[in-house]
Amino acid sequence: MEDIQLQETIERYLTDQMSVEERTQFEAIRKTTPEIDQMVIEHAMFLREMELYVNRKNFSALNKQVFNQLLDAGTWTPAAEQSTSFKVIQLWSKYKKVTAIAASVGGFIALFTSAMVLFFFPSINGNQILELSKAVEKIERNQKVQGHILNEVKTKVPENSKLISGGSGFLIDTKGFVITNAHVLKGEGAIVVNSLGQEFKATIVYSNKNSDLALLKIEDEDYKQAKALPFTIRKKSSDLGEDIFTLGFPRNDNDIVYGRGYLSAQTGFNGDSNTYQIQISANPGYSGAPVFNDKNELIGIMSSRQKQAEGVAFAIKSDKLFDLVEILEANELTKDLNVKLNKQKVKGSKNRKAQINNFKNYIYSVRAFD
Amino acid sequence: MYPNRINLLKAELNEQALLKGLAENDSRAVEALYKSHFGMIQHFVTNNNGSFDDARDIFQEAMITLYEKVQLDHFALTCQIKTYLFSICKNLWLKRLQQMGKYSAPLSAQEETVSVEEDLDRFEKKDAAFAIMDRSLNSLGEPCKSLLEGYYLNKKGMQELASQFGYTNADNAKNQKYKCLMRLKKLFFAQYNIGE
Repeated sequence: MEDIQLQETIERYLTDQMSVEERTQFEAIRKTTPEIDQMVIEHAMFLREMELYVNRKNFSALNKQVFNQLLDAGTWTPAAEQSTSFKVIQLWSKYKKVTAIAASVGGFIALFTSAMVLFFFPSINGNQILELSKAVEKIERNQKVQGHILNEVKTKVPENSKLISGGSGFLIDTKGFVITNAHVLKGEGAIVVNSLGQEFKATIVYSNKNSDLALLKIEDEDYKQAKALPFTIRKKSSDLGEDIFTLGFPRNDNDIVYGRGYLSAQTGFNGDSNTYQIQISANPGYSGAPVFNDKNELIGIMSSRQKQAEGVAFAIKSDKLFDLVEILEANELTKDLNVKLNKQKVKGSKNRKAQINNFKNYIYSVRAFD
Repeated sequence: MYPNRINLLKAELNEQALLKGLAENDSRAVEALYKSHFGMIQHFVTNNNGSFDDARDIFQEAMITLYEKVQLDHFALTCQIKTYLFSICKNLWLKRLQQMGKYSAPLSAQEETVSVEEDLDRFEKKDAAFAIMDRSLNSLGEPCKSLLEGYYLNKKGMQELASQFGYTNADNAKNQKYKCLMRLKKLFFAQYNIGE
């Protein structure tokens, strides 16, 4: 096999295993053959990264070994762990008067499931994943730009509170239940804004950082219950290569933005089986946006993208919504919320423009305040 | 005559020896660094909304940053190891808190710090490449993963690998390794951004 010999030669060249004579010969070939030169450069890069990988892996192992030995020898006493208070609990304490039972139970459940889920879900490496929620300053700036509009309509963000993060969300039950990402809800409360710019007050019913899902309930007298959902929530997993699209609010205004792509892998970051990898241009602000296929089915929830690879994003699989509802139902105090997911096939148009028109009223911009 | 100066000199020599040991993967150097500095980081992290395990993870990342720094050709540490490790840990922990949305009050710390932005940037870039390699290797499946790890990570010879994996001779093992390597490179470069 010629290729294998060439590869082997390149590797011997790069790892200094050649005699002076052979080396001179090979360098002459390299100079006159651009293809081979390219292969050498590429393999050199690969070997460098491999060396880094090997070194770091060995050094980490050495660290762990030393650390554990010292720990066993009683060098340090791990002090009783400080309670790492979950966001939900903080939200709960602020909202307990208003949302009383529902919110508090949501908090407990989130804490409980977080603890459980922690064991089962791969942890997300913050260095390579960008959450798609919008940065604080941008929203603040936007508030100023839109100042006059906000003043006219009077914003529903409580006085003395500042918007601190934002993303997208969508109705899963027309009683006013909106799904978004947990990481979108950085603050203490949230409002949702529809594509017409109308604001609605919402309470946080459930938030789980590990699954990165959160459930909001619109509790606002201005909210008119919408007609039945124009899409189904898909329980089965979706097929590779399937055409998908999303609608969300990545920009700092009330304009809904459409994006399309395809499903590129059944698992997400680091083989995470709770998410899909999708090929779509994902901007900050798409976090929590619904991902649809062309059969009027919701197949996922946008959540994050990879820092290194533009266009690669991850979406939480839609069957996780069924898990979420199960958790709510299993609890005495939240089962009365009676969240229902639409499993009925929706016949509607398969024309993309018509779909967008139908769906957009069910999609919200989510804004969290402190 | 000048006991202070002599002590200072001793301390400096000691630090140099530690860094040299670190560069050579000497477990005694690693142990000495853990013994003298981990307590400080444990204290800092657990007093700032973190757990003992958080402190362990953060400290290990700081150790890796230092380890990769001492490997550089033009390596120079312009401050004490203690100050360096603390600065890295403080930055990393601050970032982690912000990611968790927990950061509110300024972190309480009495220790002196130095600017480590550049080193942290380098660490993050390498961390990304590391994760891509890790992911690529893990998605190869067996026997490719073990075969390549045996060759590159554990530096085993082809003959040894052949008998370990039940290939009739070193040439067969070489063939298999080649196929696996091609797959790994394909996976790796599909995610690796050249130029970054």
